[in-house]
Amino acid sequence: MKLARDLTCIEIVELVTEYLEGGLSATERERFEEHLGFCDWCVTYLEQMRQTLAAVGTLGVDDLSPAMQDMLLDAFRGWRAR
Amino acid sequence: MDAEIVEALRAGDEAAFAALVAQYGASMLRVAQMYVRTRAVAEEVVQEAWLGVLRGIDSFEGRSSLKTWIFRILTNTAKTRGEREGRSIPFSALEGAGDEPAVEPERFQAEGRWTGHWAAPPSPWRDVPESRLLGAETRQVVARAIADLPPAQATVITMRDVEGFSSEEVCNALDVSETNQRVLLHRARSKVRRALEDYLGDDG
Repeated sequence: MKLARDLTCIEIVELVTEYLEGGLSATERERFEEHLGFCDWCVTYLEQMRQTLAAVGTLGVDDLSPAMQDMLLDAFRGWRAR
Repeated sequence: MDAEIVEALRAGDEAAFAALVAQYGASMLRVAQMYVRTRAVAEEVVQEAWLGVLRGIDSFEGRSSLKTWIFRILTNTAKTRGEREGRSIPFSALEGAGDEPAVEPERFQAEGRWTGHWAAPPSPWRDVPESRLLGAETRQVVARAIADLPPAQATVITMRDVEGFSSEEVCNALDVSETNQRVLLHRARSKVRRALEDYLGDDG
């Protein structure tokens, strides 16, 4: 049973993050997945978004500069000696 | 876990403090830079925040996680400093959702029976070998795409998708609503995907 008209691709690409975040209601998720059922292009888009997340996850996190780390350790020693 | 670290800090354990700094220090600096003008001031904010952590550690009751508590102290410190510099907080002002579409509108049919459906659909990247998708060159493309984002979007995608904060942790740390957090994340991820599409599309 259709509760509303089908979603269009331009709507799907704006809902992808909410879908991946689990933010869609059950009805919205059903409509989203119903669209994926007949639209290979949006399946590709969703897959690309997952690949994008995998690529972003390979970025390293910078460390603090050694000078900054030393400064913080000094601050710690000062606090400990309080 | 938190309880052990807290006990160690209270006991003046320098190694425990150094480990905590190594774990959160860089993220704190990144967040601080959202609120103040220069890296030098952001470093001062981080230092001040750590002093706040140490001063408050005896009264930390564990009602939130240690991480959430530390980042709350950081953002409060950074906000105060930013306001003194006359800077407004960049997270509160979100433009309308239609201003930044995830994909260029020209790529969808503008009229007819298939209005709103793909006119120029994405090509799958499944022929791109994983070594390329997760390789050094792609990493540079991704890093540049994130650097080009507005600061609020860059901070949210970095905290969520690079550093692995949960959405709740990001909302708490940056004091943004769940909705705003998701909008910022959505715009950021969409732009990074486009940058990757431009890059990987060359040899599809």
